[in-house]
Amino acid sequence: MVINGKLIVSSSPHIKSVESIQSVMTDVLIALFPAALMAVLLFGYRALLTIIIGVFSAMLAEAIWRRKRDLFSDGSAAVTGLLLALILPAAVPWWVVVIGSFSAIIIGKQVFGGIGYNIFNPALVGRAILVVSWGGHMAGDIWPSPQPFAFGYDAAIVTGATVLASRELAVTFSLPEMFIGNIPGSLGETSALALLIGGIWLVYKGHIDYRIPGGFIGTVFILGLLFGGGFYANNLMTGLFHVVAGGVMIGAIYMATDFVSTPVTPVGRLIFGIGCGVITMLIRLWGTLPEGVTFGILLMNAVTPIIDNFTIPRQFGGVNKSA
Amino acid sequence: MAEPSFKGGVHPAYNKEATSTLAIVKMPLPQKVVVPMQQHIGAPCELLADVEKIEKGFEVKAGQKLGDNKGFVSAPVHAPISGTVVDIGPYNHPLGMKINAVTIESDGRDEWMDNTKPAGSLDDLSVDEIRKIVREAGIVGLGGATFPAHVKLSPPEDKPIDIVIINGAECEPYLTADHRVMLEKAEEIIFGLRVMMKALGASEGIIGVENNKPDAYKLMERLVAEEENISAFSLPTKYPQGAEKMLIYVATGRVVPAGALPMEVGVVNHNVGTAVAITQAIREGKPLVERVLTVTGSGINQPANLLVRLGTLVSEVLEYCGGISESTLKLVVGGPMMGLAQPTADIPVIKGTSGILALTDEDVYLAESSPCIRCAKCVSSCPMNLMPTSIAQAAEHGNYKRAEELYALDCFECGCCSYICPSKIPLVQWIRIGKNEIMKRKNK
Repeated sequence: MVINGKLIVSSSPHIKSVESIQSVMTDVLIALFPAALMAVLLFGYRALLTIIIGVFSAMLAEAIWRRKRDLFSDGSAAVTGLLLALILPAAVPWWVVVIGSFSAIIIGKQVFGGIGYNIFNPALVGRAILVVSWGGHMAGDIWPSPQPFAFGYDAAIVTGATVLASRELAVTFSLPEMFIGNIPGSLGETSALALLIGGIWLVYKGHIDYRIPGGFIGTVFILGLLFGGGFYANNLMTGLFHVVAGGVMIGAIYMATDFVSTPVTPVGRLIFGIGCGVITMLIRLWGTLPEGVTFGILLMNAVTPIIDNFTIPRQFGGVNKSA
Repeated sequence: MAEPSFKGGVHPAYNKEATSTLAIVKMPLPQKVVVPMQQHIGAPCELLADVEKIEKGFEVKAGQKLGDNKGFVSAPVHAPISGTVVDIGPYNHPLGMKINAVTIESDGRDEWMDNTKPAGSLDDLSVDEIRKIVREAGIVGLGGATFPAHVKLSPPEDKPIDIVIINGAECEPYLTADHRVMLEKAEEIIFGLRVMMKALGASEGIIGVENNKPDAYKLMERLVAEEENISAFSLPTKYPQGAEKMLIYVATGRVVPAGALPMEVGVVNHNVGTAVAITQAIREGKPLVERVLTVTGSGINQPANLLVRLGTLVSEVLEYCGGISESTLKLVVGGPMMGLAQPTADIPVIKGTSGILALTDEDVYLAESSPCIRCAKCVSSCPMNLMPTSIAQAAEHGNYKRAEELYALDCFECGCCSYICPSKIPLVQWIRIGKNEIMKRKNK
């Protein structure tokens, strides 16, 4: 029998799942859609602009650096850009968004060697650079009050502090309000509900490990309950307050679960999540900068290789080492 | 948590529909066969040149022993057809090298050796006689691993065996040979199991079938309903359910220690095809000279489950199945997850050939690999609880010591990691390289 053409000889397996980096990144974008939609519903057209500028400039930065015409490519730059936009204030000037995106992609990712090689979460690197360089646009009384369904309102006109700024302000918002997201804050961080919907879907798809958000959120809740001072009605409520306030939800579900900069072992992931929660609460309760989640995750990113190294799982049947 | 399961694993598309309902067809006698001296794990056979005067031009009968080795872990090979020995020498082998083989041209008469006769009733056979029959019949594990069956029936005295498991998982996609064997030769499988239980002194027999083959499971369940110590077990469908450690864990709850054999926990398992071969060796006195295999894949014009004489050339099998399409990219012997891609069809069917696949771009996914994004899907899919990405990286960097520390040697190369990897990194290939290097250093 004659076989036409050449047969490919390669190592097994000969079939592969259709999943690719691009398909996974697309799934993450889909998961973030509810949060992005809530941002636009709450903060109007400025939110939409910030999101578009964030996503587009991140993709552009990546394309320029890699000298590739394919803007979407593997989709990771779009995810970084969207995440960055969602952790910026609605009133932020457009050029701050662009600088943040370029910093995230180039300093946060490409200088390390591109996708797969970055040590820190790129979007958080972008945010950290903005916070320390243009603090006036990133912190203080710069947070717009949300105006649900008022697409045309200019979010930059009336601004104030976030619920984390003072206890007096915090108690003026109810927990359900905070859960839905009708409070001042970064674009995509305010709606715990929207973030949770996307997060559950990502866990279902197998893209994120529940251990990281579980460890993170659980730790924030317990520490808030124990050391939060019970100012919010009671200790239990104060614990819940710390979970839904600020960036814990978006950080725990979408940033601390970034593949590249977090551990690969199951136990390591739990430790990572708990570590993020501890540092977040240390900064929140006793620190001076209001950047608990950002630096909590970035610091844990730095120790990821060590965590992996100390949590290598025992192989199946490996209980008895002498065997 | 209704049914027990093992950690990890993947769910590739079954792709068994093309052949799962096709009855086993006996392929006509081949015009010639090529019988390699190595078709098993263990010491290769030596030609019985001086004993039986096998040389070119010599007439052989079906079932005549052609090669053997005195070593314990080895299995003799026999002439699958009657005819004339036309060549002796190295020939293409599915393992990717040339191995000494005997080429026989058929005389078309299919004459068997005179001593091909029943061995007597099971009750009258002693344990040693059973082991001798299985050994002399050249029976090896027909699931693909080709470990000599008599060795698994002869555990050391300090390792008592209480459970024998018949492996009917057939977790590899595409393959349906075991499925058909279970449907068409169920009684022979159960008899084979009884033989094994007697040889091992085992008190319990389990026939494990993946639950994507409900007809086979129900048939087994019905046939063993009257048996006191034999039961059918429905296994969850997940690759690699048929791997012995996963099978034993799910069917018995016992964990085979890392680096150890199943007999360590009192279990021996055999493929359904092996059970049938043992039955035929006892009932008919036939050595292992034929097997059932699945010929399928998008490139095969007429997919089939065939009963084929060993040594039949793959090219002849493909021709019998209407040839392969021009769009065939890969010719694989075995299943798509662990089978070996072949550069040519000029290779013989051997004892471990469970399937012949002609895969086109509908089946195979060819992609450049990207950098690892540390998604850890390989870690969660590894049934051995290893860190495939880290082992592969260590191997890629030549750091074999690190690879060994990460338990590289516990990898049995099921390929789940490579299958699931979104970056399409050939993880198991790197791990294989790592394992080879580690073993090389150990053997120095």
